[in-house]
Amino acid sequence: MNAFDQEERRHTICVLVDNEPGVLARVIGLFSGRGYNIESLTVAEVDHRRHLSRINIVTTGTSQVVEQIKALLAKLVPVHEVQDLTVEGPSVERELALVKVLGDRERLVQALRIADFMHARLVDSTPGGLVFELTGSSDDIDAFIELVQPVEISRAGVVAIGRGEVVLGDGLGDEMKAVHSRGEKQE
Amino acid sequence: MSAGHAAKETVSETLTGSQVVVRALVEQGVEVIFGYPGGAVLPLYDELFKQNAIHHVLVRHEQAAVHAAEGYARSTGRVGVVLVTSGPGATNTVTGLTDALMDSVPVVCLTGQVPTHMIGNDAFQEADTVGITRPCTKHNYLVKRPEELAPVLHEAFHVARSGRPGPVVVDLPKNILMGPAPYRTAREVPLRRYRPRRDPDPDRIEEAMDLIAQAERPIFYVGGGLINSGPVACELLTELVRATGYPITLTLMGLGAYPGSDPQFLGMVGMHGTYEANMAMHDCDVMICLGARFDDRVTGRLDGFSPRSRKIHVDIDPSSINKNVPVDVAVVADAERALEAMLEGWRRRAHRVDRGRIRPWWDQIERWRAVDSLRFRQNGETIKPQYAIRRLYEAVAARDPIVTTDVGQHQMWAAQHFRFEKPRRWLTSGGLGTMGYGFPAALGAQIAHPDRLVINITGDASWVMNMQELSTAIQYRLPVKVFMLNNRWMGMVRQWQDLFHGSRRAESYMDALPDFVKLADAFGARGIRVERASELDDAIEAMLAHDGLVIVEVLIDPYENVYPMIPGGAAHNEIILSPEEDGGDRPISEEGMVLV
Repeated sequence: MNAFDQEERRHTICVLVDNEPGVLARVIGLFSGRGYNIESLTVAEVDHRRHLSRINIVTTGTSQVVEQIKALLAKLVPVHEVQDLTVEGPSVERELALVKVLGDRERLVQALRIADFMHARLVDSTPGGLVFELTGSSDDIDAFIELVQPVEISRAGVVAIGRGEVVLGDGLGDEMKAVHSRGEKQE
Repeated sequence: MSAGHAAKETVSETLTGSQVVVRALVEQGVEVIFGYPGGAVLPLYDELFKQNAIHHVLVRHEQAAVHAAEGYARSTGRVGVVLVTSGPGATNTVTGLTDALMDSVPVVCLTGQVPTHMIGNDAFQEADTVGITRPCTKHNYLVKRPEELAPVLHEAFHVARSGRPGPVVVDLPKNILMGPAPYRTAREVPLRRYRPRRDPDPDRIEEAMDLIAQAERPIFYVGGGLINSGPVACELLTELVRATGYPITLTLMGLGAYPGSDPQFLGMVGMHGTYEANMAMHDCDVMICLGARFDDRVTGRLDGFSPRSRKIHVDIDPSSINKNVPVDVAVVADAERALEAMLEGWRRRAHRVDRGRIRPWWDQIERWRAVDSLRFRQNGETIKPQYAIRRLYEAVAARDPIVTTDVGQHQMWAAQHFRFEKPRRWLTSGGLGTMGYGFPAALGAQIAHPDRLVINITGDASWVMNMQELSTAIQYRLPVKVFMLNNRWMGMVRQWQDLFHGSRRAESYMDALPDFVKLADAFGARGIRVERASELDDAIEAMLAHDGLVIVEVLIDPYENVYPMIPGGAAHNEIILSPEEDGGDRPISEEGMVLV
């Protein structure tokens, strides 16, 4: 009787995983194997003691596809928790970019002026070029790039975190803590 | 690997890696391994040689090892175990692993690997096994450190058998097998991840039962998840279906979850399902889906699928819910637990339910049933395949056989004309559609049930895909009965060419087939050829009387097609009942043509 909603939306999904070989390939393979989009993906170990990594994924899809993605992610053995920041309350998103501008003095001065009002930081300067560091929303970075017309761009991808008291990984079982504390005693 | 960093103080004993593997297998209750040796796994074979707890069955091709393990697993409900070497040994398992993934069969496949210091060097018989098998397993592991070995093996069995079951690969470098490794029991390795939900949300059950109690045109639509959940789940299902008096249909994978001879059973649903099952699915007002996944073979055209029903979906795999078809009530749970709660919910409502309200629905269903969509005409001596299956069924039903099939026309005729009263009697490749599955699966089932009648209903094209396993069958004296419907075609391919490609039968003729009677003879088995309908019963009797492997080659009408049929891109109520009705004036839609 119902039909799936066909409207595509951008979702930021955070996944807490065991930092083990192949875990990123599993996540990426899930997307590529089933034809889902990845707009941005970042990964880093966030809990060195428990060897947990956080993967932030930005994807676009209908609500049905996004629900499917989350269910498939949650099924992966090394995945502990999946959080959809887009639907689970307010969140903060940031991206870091390094952008290089080359050109004559006039052009560089122009870039410095734009950097100043957009709060980009100058991190390298040579007679022929400048490198700026900018942290902000993906839209902020897009706007900065549009204005300064850089020759080279390096973007870190979106990192995101929920506002307020909801914590990714809060629900991890006590067994895990027990395992960990036993490990600690040994050390 | 994180499974390995649990407490180390509980380490009891240091063995070799191979000894750890064997000990872990024994602890996990493994009695049989299907495998094929090679360089990288020699240390493990050496260890198997020295013990008697585990029986190793030597197959003749690694693909068959996985199918045999699947047959073992599906006929017992236990985990099937495979052992193969690195490189080609591992790559040959890919079809079997994919088959097990699609059909949710618990399998643990141990693969040999080159020593850790040579990984990545393109060493002899090296393959990136975890890379290759990642998308075709539920999970896989490469064991790089000896202390990971025991925990990984225990976790592998846990993952294979819990939740929605599936295949798990454990890749074992040779130096890990040969070097020292600590043993840890499963109890010493805490399960810190992968704990799928088993108990249903009581609120969802209440919603489902309210819908079910008020339904006027209900139908149960049940799949292989019930069989995986176990015989208790199937008994509870039978109890619920009988208590409600509602009709039930089963998917290809679900056959046996409910007694096939019961009057409430409408037959199989889907592309080659019965008219009454498909029409009832289309016209129902409440669909109760248990352990099935709205597969394209079942639904037909999605926008024409059961357009006026409210749908309840019970599945242990959350990713199966709302994947193809949006449902109204979703219950993530093990079928057994969900059915317990549903039965309880029904009992509380039963006194309020007006039994008469589903009478018109049953009247309608009986009218559909009267169409007799599985009818066929057996005239003269040319054997109709349906007739062959019916005669086989009549002859063996009382012996409660286990039946395996390959893929194609014979598979559909077997699903339509053979009846299954209990679960774990019907082993067929559903999701992947693997020709060559049936014979090795029958060997695995026979190993698990030495005293049972195991029949491989097959076709000529499918069977030759794994006929090397004759050798395995003879070596272990497995008295499997191969019942081959030989039409000298890849029958289903020919059927589609005839229906949708202007009868241009490209490459679907099976030329140069062997003389199967002589082939059986060459391996020391019994071969029987049947060409006339009047000889069929005697041949079946001779097959059953022979205490050993038999190949019965039944030469059937080569142009018989499988009906009813819902063509690709059509809805359930657009089902074609017979070739006369088909008549060529109903061309398949363009969208339908691209569907497989």
